[in-house]
Amino acid sequence: MSRSIADLKRGETGIIKSLTDRLISHKLLEMGCLPGREVQVLALAPFGDPVCISIGGGYHLALRQSEARSILVESPL
Amino acid sequence: MKPRKPVVALAGNPNSGKSSLFNELTGLRQKVGNFPGVTVDKKTGITRVPGKGQTEEVVVVDLPGLYSIYPKSEDEKVVMDVLANPDHADFPDAVIVVADASNLSRNLLLFTEIADLGRPVVLALNMLDIAVSMQLEVNAVKLAMELGVPVVKINARNGEGLDRLKEAVAGVLEQPSPAVSFFNPSADLQPLLEEVSREYGIRNPYLALQYVCQHDHLSFLQAPARVRLDQLIEKHGFDEAAWLQHETIARYEAIHALTDKAVKSKGGTGQHPATAKLDKLLLHPFWGYVIFLAVLLLVFQALFSWAAYPMDLIDEATSQAISWTKEVLPTGLLNDLLTDGIMAGIGGVIIFIPQIGLLYALVGLLEESGYMARVMVIMDRIMRPYGLNGRSVVPLISGVACAVPAIMSARTISNRYERLVTIMATPMMACSARLPIYTILIALVVPDQKVLGVLNLQGLALLGLYLLGVAGAIFTAYLMTVFVKRNETGYLILELPTYKWPRWNHVGVMMYDSVRAFVVQAGKVIVAVSIILWVLAAYGPGDSQDRAEEQVREELTMVSDEALEAAVSSVRLETSYAGRIGQAMEPVIRPLGYDWKIGIALLASFAAREVFVGTMATIYSIGASDAEDESTIKERLRNEINPETGGPRYTPAVAMSLLVFYAFAMMCMSTLAAVYRETGGWKWPLIQLAYTMSLAWILSFAVYQLMN
Repeated sequence: MSRSIADLKRGETGIIKSLTDRLISHKLLEMGCLPGREVQVLALAPFGDPVCISIGGGYHLALRQSEARSILVESPL
Repeated sequence: MKPRKPVVALAGNPNSGKSSLFNELTGLRQKVGNFPGVTVDKKTGITRVPGKGQTEEVVVVDLPGLYSIYPKSEDEKVVMDVLANPDHADFPDAVIVVADASNLSRNLLLFTEIADLGRPVVLALNMLDIAVSMQLEVNAVKLAMELGVPVVKINARNGEGLDRLKEAVAGVLEQPSPAVSFFNPSADLQPLLEEVSREYGIRNPYLALQYVCQHDHLSFLQAPARVRLDQLIEKHGFDEAAWLQHETIARYEAIHALTDKAVKSKGGTGQHPATAKLDKLLLHPFWGYVIFLAVLLLVFQALFSWAAYPMDLIDEATSQAISWTKEVLPTGLLNDLLTDGIMAGIGGVIIFIPQIGLLYALVGLLEESGYMARVMVIMDRIMRPYGLNGRSVVPLISGVACAVPAIMSARTISNRYERLVTIMATPMMACSARLPIYTILIALVVPDQKVLGVLNLQGLALLGLYLLGVAGAIFTAYLMTVFVKRNETGYLILELPTYKWPRWNHVGVMMYDSVRAFVVQAGKVIVAVSIILWVLAAYGPGDSQDRAEEQVREELTMVSDEALEAAVSSVRLETSYAGRIGQAMEPVIRPLGYDWKIGIALLASFAAREVFVGTMATIYSIGASDAEDESTIKERLRNEINPETGGPRYTPAVAMSLLVFYAFAMMCMSTLAAVYRETGGWKWPLIQLAYTMSLAWILSFAVYQLMN
């Protein structure tokens, strides 16, 4: 089973593998959520949603759980 | 014809410091208008760049911030409209792309897209100080060589590097740097792009691609052109979503090859240290809300106690100006029209300036510092079940001052559905025009006493009305989710910028912009309707007013002159058109406990709620000298007798029914006009009017019948 950003715990890191939602994938890409980039879950808002992530160690985004689920990740080597 | 001044467009990611640069370049020589055909604010200004021998003036156009040229919200659509249309009044001769150096690769995405459109570009590297604190070293010279365009290091917050930026702009205006290309559409697209280029006479293949991808957004394309492009897309089997992914990933690959050469990381964690620490606190599941609540309380404190002083001053100045004008000009209809119609209308507009200015200064401060993005994050989940978005926080909070600028601030919500729900819910918030009505009616029926030792009962009642507004907003949003089907799923993908100290001059500019928007948008409507209502109240059918006046003068011979005049203006209002309409309305409003006198006040306050108190003063024939004194109006209302019951007219049931009515009814033409503009038609404002009026009627009916 493939994991998504929504499955990462606070502080956990993953490497973006692919984006599964055609409608928002361009939005995510232009914000820098690129396959191959490292993401880290920085914080979860109350109720675990939205998720705050750091992309490539550089800048921070907030996404809803539904968007986070569309970003599949693999464990860093 | 005078040759057109060169136009330079400013483009960049949100939070890249683009607006700061615009302010630094143009100073106070800014003009705010609209982009043709859309309601997106357009800021332009003049700056001077070095020219042949002397400096030359160029027009700077500030484009809305965006992450790529493929638009995601209404604001962003404007950018391609300007960049793709050589006939557009703002079509730039050069483009400055502002990039956040601490986050270069993502900022370069937009840069390469704009550069590929073929306009001369200059890259302004901003926020190098943050890059340094993140242990990043950006080599501008290498970057310029790799990109093939001028690259200038600037600090938009203090104006450093601006001269070099202007030189670079002058350079590309005089001698455009050779076109650069960062991305070539793949071979299988060539037949489609060639056909489009041929049919529309486009030379740049990337521009042709934009015709294909964005033909529904480009306002200069007529319907036949759009249909034709649809046909071509079908014929060549073009898949836009797949293409966008492919293009963006390919661009990032090219960009990474560049940044690998030009940016060196000196082994930092890549985090902005202060930001990481602050986020721990401000996004905390408990302390995050506590702090937000404290910030809200501070905002309200500012709105209602600090703004009160300048508002009282304006109120005083307006009434003095009116009475002065009344005395100086010869008495007559013109005098009345000028003073009671026009000047009173203008006074009703400018009284709100301190509150709106203060509110937007505070909102600007919160946005500039980066805190507002965190508020959106912690509020998103709570607001989502009601069809709202974390971004709805700003319009809803602003609604406490005035719904007009608040509705305009909903433009940043990219999802149309969530934006519409926000627009429908915002006017329910208790705006400051309701405050005078609330105050006087509460004082009338709620005893001024303490409960539990410290809490004032009247204060609690007022708080209850504000909470009623919040509940109304949530209920309205919920109704929308029940009755209006959402066409697309909403999303929240929000950048959390690094925290910065706000710049006061930027906060000042933001404050000025919102006040200007309010005065222009709401002011026009309020003044116009005030004049119409004045006419309705000053004139009656035939000579009925004169006859009624004569009768009063004959009957009242034993009273003072002042009381006589008051009685005369009361009876003239009663027999005017407004009075007749009020009487005609009586069957509708009687179940709510109102008589025709309240009907007149309801009608008069339809333009702007705050007119209610003044109209009540006239109806109850309070002499002009006492009308300003609230306690006089209160006394007069308290003593008014209901002829049917023999008891007081303003029983608690009537007052509560009125309070509830004003809490929900859309008694504001300016708001309706704003909703019309923002939703692009009469459908939603009319639905809103019908909905709020029925809701107000039903709830007031229930309150009156239950309490009576």
